[in-house]
Amino acid sequence: MGRRTVSIAAAAVVLAGLAACGGDDSTPTLTWYINPDNGGQTELAARCTEAADGAYQIKTSLLPREASAQREQLARRLAANDSSIDIISLDPPFIPELAEAGFLAEIPDDVAEAVTENVVQGAIDGATWRDKLVAVPFWANTQLLWYRKSVAEAAGLDPENEPVTWEQIIEAAQSQDKYLGVQGIRAEALTVWINALVTSAGGEILDNPEAPADQVQLGLETDAGRAAAEIIENIARNGLGGPGLANEDENASMLLFQGDRGSFMVNWPFVWAATLAGVEAGNLDQSLVDDIGWAQYPAVAEGEDSRPPYGGINLGIGAFSEHPDLAIEAAQCIVTPDNQAYYMVTNGNPASNTEAYDDPDVQETFPMADLIRESLEAAAPRPQTPYYNEVSTGLQNTWHPPSSVTPDSSPEEATVLITEVLKGERLL
Amino acid sequence: MSTTSAAAGETSAAAGGGDGGNGRVPISDRARAERRLGWYLAGPAFVVMLLVTAYPILQAFYESLFKYRLTDPDAREFTWLNNYVVVLTDPIWWRAVGVTVLITVITVAIEAVLGFALALVMHRALKTLRPILRTAILIPYAIITVVSAFAWFYAFSIDSGFVNSWFAWAPGISEDTNWFGQFGTSVFVIIASEIWKTTPFISLLLLAGLAQVPEDLQEAAKVDGATWWQRLYKVTIPNMKAAIMVALLFRTLDAFRIFDNVFIMTQGANNTEVVSFLAYRQTISRLEIGLGSAVSVLLFLCVVLISFLFIKLFKVDLASARGER
Repeated sequence: MGRRTVSIAAAAVVLAGLAACGGDDSTPTLTWYINPDNGGQTELAARCTEAADGAYQIKTSLLPREASAQREQLARRLAANDSSIDIISLDPPFIPELAEAGFLAEIPDDVAEAVTENVVQGAIDGATWRDKLVAVPFWANTQLLWYRKSVAEAAGLDPENEPVTWEQIIEAAQSQDKYLGVQGIRAEALTVWINALVTSAGGEILDNPEAPADQVQLGLETDAGRAAAEIIENIARNGLGGPGLANEDENASMLLFQGDRGSFMVNWPFVWAATLAGVEAGNLDQSLVDDIGWAQYPAVAEGEDSRPPYGGINLGIGAFSEHPDLAIEAAQCIVTPDNQAYYMVTNGNPASNTEAYDDPDVQETFPMADLIRESLEAAAPRPQTPYYNEVSTGLQNTWHPPSSVTPDSSPEEATVLITEVLKGERLL
Repeated sequence: MSTTSAAAGETSAAAGGGDGGNGRVPISDRARAERRLGWYLAGPAFVVMLLVTAYPILQAFYESLFKYRLTDPDAREFTWLNNYVVVLTDPIWWRAVGVTVLITVITVAIEAVLGFALALVMHRALKTLRPILRTAILIPYAIITVVSAFAWFYAFSIDSGFVNSWFAWAPGISEDTNWFGQFGTSVFVIIASEIWKTTPFISLLLLAGLAQVPEDLQEAAKVDGATWWQRLYKVTIPNMKAAIMVALLFRTLDAFRIFDNVFIMTQGANNTEVVSFLAYRQTISRLEIGLGSAVSVLLFLCVVLISFLFIKLFKVDLASARGER
């Protein structure tokens, strides 16, 4: 009896296995490597699988949380010609490196035209390398100036109606004995901040980002580079970033801003959703939400426009994918304005397609939706170079901790280090 | 014939720990057969060892001769020993070596003293208490290094940590102390967590050494009227010298390869970068396979050098540590 049961069970397992194989053969499975989020990309994968009606199915595979760790894993897999990579959620600064290495499949011209329609310029720039669209713009991120209305009012500032400068918010925080929320941690966040300061001052970190490694010129030893260093120095020396400035990332600065000594903060829009969630969970007071205002990223010089940071995720197609055509089709499905609006409302990540901002749900969830769209139009990407990692790490190594930054030495130190590293003469 | 026996004699002297002697003792057939059997038994393990250790080292050395970036495979170029020149002339390398040596020396010194004290406690503890005590002392060592690094990181971090609020009464510590904001305090936390984590390991090795000290020697010293300290210095420590040296050697090698704590707590910020983290950064995050391999090979050479110094300078005799002589 025991033996019979076993053989029946074995036969059943074999049959089930055969059946499973047969089922998989009929529908190609696309693997979409996603960055961690609140489940939005998995939901989009399910939606597009349904919409494909059997033409393909999308399965998601999770990448590490840190952007740099995502790049490491993707570069290693792609260098090994991994054919399981069909669609990739890519952080824009790393796109040139993967594109230059031939790791991204080409986007046909007609598709490129279709997926850039109504898309903000920053997102198109971020997905372009050597004048060709190499990824499909998905969601686009930008930083805003968040402020406590009570503090701004007490300091005599009206950021909602008049653009403010870094100098003004530094003085305001100082006069009210409050902290400024900035990102001083030795990580990508610091590069984002430096880039925003330099570009807002009218400069560029790299003068010729598309040049080969040994010919790249840095634009830090300029008035713009020095102005950026001066702002960081000012905030750090006066203790305005709080005691934890040297370890402060986006989340830590949000907590600082939500605390008793919060005043102004530059940060991505996720802080809005996170604050609302905090109120709902009973950790934060509704009065805090009522006190929060938002405005365009602060300018460096009065009367000049600021260049807010640009971030987000674009969709790359793996060069070694077995179904590149289907992957491109799937990517187009993922980035429809409807799907972007859904993603923005549920996951708090802003759409790159301007049409999505007209969605009533988006308007209701994000009272600052129009400001985000405007900020995206003005945003400046980080240097578009295949050597972005070297540039970014070099900056972080020389401009950290923020209290060590000075306009006289920091731009020069960064220039010397990054130039030598790119020439292969130094470690990093 | 005579050459063969001389060579065999040298081998036997070497196997005996190089303790001098003319080494002209002719070996018997039986000894020779035993030696052959020894090779047959150990041979397969030796081959496996070569495959899993020598092969990657040789591969790393080969890669280190190239200028090779994973995302720029077309530009791969043979550059002889240029990567080594770049590494050895770079202040970043020397700073990392300095920090690694600092962490190694301080942790090993403190752990040796603490570990010995704990070993004495375990050795002398009442029989009923001993198992519980051993378990309690071993708990930190049983915790995965990354997990303990996270625990220490969160305990000391300025926003979620409890250390600042618990120790705010102590001089130099306040609610606003940012432990990971500068070099001194960052290294302090790294070293403290390392000591907490691995003292049990060293104390366990020393406990084994303590057990080897003959009880009759202790008795004899006691009868002669030696005090506790005199017995410790004149009887216990000399008799477990080999065990102490082996414990120190293992811990030194381990400490020199420190990675997890630095990776989790500072990511190398505030000049806390150590050698293995430097190798990680070049190879994994910069994808510069050539340069990273050069750093790894140099790290390997450092480890070999440390082993060599320990064995030569301190005359560590592994055979006697195992109680074979």
